[in-house]
Amino acid sequence: MAEYIFRIFRYDPEKDEGTKGRVQEYKIEVEKGWTVLDALNYIKWHVDGSLSYRRACRHGICGSCGMTINGKNTIACEQQVADLGTQVITVEPLRGFRVIKDLIVDMEPFYDKLYAIKPYLITYTPPPTDKERLQSPEDRKLLDGKYECILCACCTSSCPTYWADKEFLGPNALMKAARFVLDSRDEGWEERVNAIDDKHGVWRCHTIFNCVEACPKELNATRAIVELRRLMLKGRL
Amino acid sequence: MGKFEGYRGTFRCVDNRWLGTDEAKELHEVEGVELHNVHEHDAVIVGAGLAGMYAALEIKKAGFDVAVLTKVFPTRSHSGAAQGGIAAALANLEEDHIEWHFYDTVKGSDFLGDQDAIELMVREAPLVIFEYEHMGVPFSRTPEGKIMQRYFGGHVKDFGRGKPVLRACMAADRTGHVLLHTLWEQCVKYGVRFYSEYFALSLIIEGDVCLGVVAWDLINGGIHVFHAKATCFATGGYGRAFKITTNSHANTADGVAMVLEAGLPLEDMEFVQFHPTGIAKQGILISEAARGEGGYLINDKGERFMEKYAPDKMELAPRDIISRSIWTEFVEGRGIGGERCVHLDLRHLGAEKIKERLPQIRELAMKFAGVDPIDEPIPIQPTGHYSMGGIPTDINCRVLADGKSKWLRGMWAAGECACVSVHGANRLGTNSLLDASVHGKRAGKDIVEYLSVVECFEPLPMDCAKRAVDKVNWVLNADGPERPSELREILQDNMYELCGVFRNEEDLTKMYDIIKDLQKRYQNIHIEDKSKVFNTHLMEALELGHLLEVAEVIVAGALNRTECRGAHWRTDCPGRDDENWLKHTLAWKTEEGIKFDYKPVVITRFVPEVRKY
Ligand SMILES: Cc1cc2nc3c(=O)[nH]c(=O)nc-3n(C[C@H](O)[C@H](O)[C@H](O)COP(=O)(O)OP(=O)(O)OC[C@H]3O[C@@H](n4cnc5c(N)ncnc54)[C@H](O)[C@@H]3O)c2cc1C
Ligand code: SF4
Repeated sequence: MAEYIFRIFRYDPEKDEGTKGRVQEYKIEVEKGWTVLDALNYIKWHVDGSLSYRRACRHGICGSCGMTINGKNTIACEQQVADLGTQVITVEPLRGFRVIKDLIVDMEPFYDKLYAIKPYLITYTPPPTDKERLQSPEDRKLLDGKYECILCACCTSSCPTYWADKEFLGPNALMKAARFVLDSRDEGWEERVNAIDDKHGVWRCHTIFNCVEACPKELNATRAIVELRRLMLKGRL
Repeated sequence: MGKFEGYRGTFRCVDNRWLGTDEAKELHEVEGVELHNVHEHDAVIVGAGLAGMYAALEIKKAGFDVAVLTKVFPTRSHSGAAQGGIAAALANLEEDHIEWHFYDTVKGSDFLGDQDAIELMVREAPLVIFEYEHMGVPFSRTPEGKIMQRYFGGHVKDFGRGKPVLRACMAADRTGHVLLHTLWEQCVKYGVRFYSEYFALSLIIEGDVCLGVVAWDLINGGIHVFHAKATCFATGGYGRAFKITTNSHANTADGVAMVLEAGLPLEDMEFVQFHPTGIAKQGILISEAARGEGGYLINDKGERFMEKYAPDKMELAPRDIISRSIWTEFVEGRGIGGERCVHLDLRHLGAEKIKERLPQIRELAMKFAGVDPIDEPIPIQPTGHYSMGGIPTDINCRVLADGKSKWLRGMWAAGECACVSVHGANRLGTNSLLDASVHGKRAGKDIVEYLSVVECFEPLPMDCAKRAVDKVNWVLNADGPERPSELREILQDNMYELCGVFRNEEDLTKMYDIIKDLQKRYQNIHIEDKSKVFNTHLMEALELGHLLEVAEVIVAGALNRTECRGAHWRTDCPGRDDENWLKHTLAWKTEEGIKFDYKPVVITRFVPEVRKY
């Protein structure tokens, strides 16, 4: 057990409208092994039931609890409190999105970017009946480091380019595009390329690498963007 | 003639698209709900896990208007947490047969599974897997480029006589995640309408027909009515009845509770599977692989205690045996530091092997238990994992109003919330992703046939939202002294202790009284957030109400079933009792308490024998 102070961003649209929100402090005892999500749950369940945040699986696979902790984007359920190395811990909603309430942001613009790149396998050749399509382990390997994305938005929210240009597809959608473009089964290049090859698409990225740093799944969206650019320059245009 | 031909014309036609707005308004008028919050869809699915989205996709592809309501954004459903795999006898790497899968599932269920349903599921399994592949699932691949398969407990060759078989189709250790994301992607492609972060609260049932559901819009606040010809529940499991669980915070029994509240029965609710190795205090799953690679289970005295319980198989004995062995150590005072915890020790495997073979497990231990298994053992304890029981359905996923044969017209259920029953008293690993997928698809297909015959909407009863409106208003205005979170903790702590791995009459009676008391105290709760926008405190209070209803049925069923079968282990009963208990439990909630009835198990092929591994 150790004592920590959590400084948590609060915004209640019914009371704080028109303000920039406020910060509320909670001093609590944290047990060994607690994550930031455990601490938030403790506060909600024992101290202040009005504290609002999203959570579901609590083990790093659903992507619900993306937030900014001590200035760094991550998912709260995977962040051990003790690893932060500070006694005072700040918790804020993901930057770059409209705050709905406390730590809950409006994710619609994030999903909209995904829809723009057609986030699904596109094929024209009919698949074999009652059999799988074949894909070599090497081809399958090209999807590693991309397909694991949990849509937590930590990457896009950390991207200065996205802060400046809300039309920018952002690291997440572009990496998702790469996940399909690089899939040996996909035939959707023509349909996807216009969205990607756009001034708000791959060319907007300034390779600042914030997204790589932010990703709790250790995925490298910047590399995916560079791969897409390379494909475009390599004669597809 | 199609199977639904008998229903043609039996609906009184009131389709608002044929009427002027004033009349439409009249027909959709619901007390307490604004007209623009009354939505009409051919089919409404509640739940966006594998079961719900598979159903939606079938319906949408057939050209009908389908909407999916979900408490969490679709890709955040708990299907995504599944790691191991999804079973299908593809024989991609070695000999395997649908018949073997059939037998293993029947045996795994401790012969309580309905064999007609199991046979259908295992037969359709390969087709569903291929369809998933065609949709774009990034399965791991064999050297020839086929779908990769791995071993999983309980799946063996030659009708239980042979060695383990490679049957679990996999995408690394992220199988559930890729299936869930791919289904969502396909739903996006086909334009399925999602109502994300809508919390379903009550069913609309008029006479013996289901007409839709009523839900609360979590983001903006407000009651919405979903008027449908076909309604399908796919609301998942209810592990949150237990303190230690692998389940998501969202798995709170809402769907089954709504069914119960509507006066309908639930089936086999006493059967809840406990996985032996959850991270202590957290319940997060540490997969079988840790023991498969040679991990030891160690008690407070430093003993490898499995020696006493399964000297041959040791740590590789079946899940339920290990769970019970660990619990015996707890009860006899050999938990680490006297607590509900033993050690899963991997240190002897060495840093290299741990890093190479068990990276995900190491990551989980470091992130969630704060220990690196290279240097320290992982503290673990048995964890509530899977709910075998649920809403009784027939093999077409139609909800049975009497639990036996009478369909509640217009309503289907699929996935973990339903009980077909393919898992009987105990589910085999990798069979539940399969169940959710096959039955989601089957429900979808059946709904399509139904919709092709039934053209019209039946008028909504004016008071159809009353129950939901009252529920929400009651919680928002409640100002008693009790905190919902504290009541929930009492429920979860005790359910885990008294209605968990081991059960007996005394404990269960005590648990039943605790629930009755909590239900009373629940009447005196208050919440601290009174606002409408994203009120998670309101949501948690409503979820607690559901958990309390459903826990009562679990405990009453466990008290009632005086035998040991599959996951239900009564220390005060000598063993399995086929003479009296080879039957499904049906349970209703009545004024006088839980009422029971039974139905026979469907046995087509394999006669019950002792379940031995
Ligand atoms: C950690 C873990 C690992 C597992 N590993 C495996 C495995 O390897 N292989 C295997 O076969 N099985 C595995 N299982 C089991 C399997 O994942 C589940 O049984 C299965 O995914 C359930 O799918 P579902 O579609 O029924 O429900 P879920 O995926 O749980 O979806 C439920 C849906 O219902 C919605 N919902 C619930 N209540 C409401 C409400 N009131 N209003 C609106 N929406 C609501 C939720 O938002 C969600 O979308 C595992 C389970 C866990 C917990
Ligand atoms: S790429 Fe990483 S940070 Fe971005 S949404 Fe996916 S998991 Fe989150």
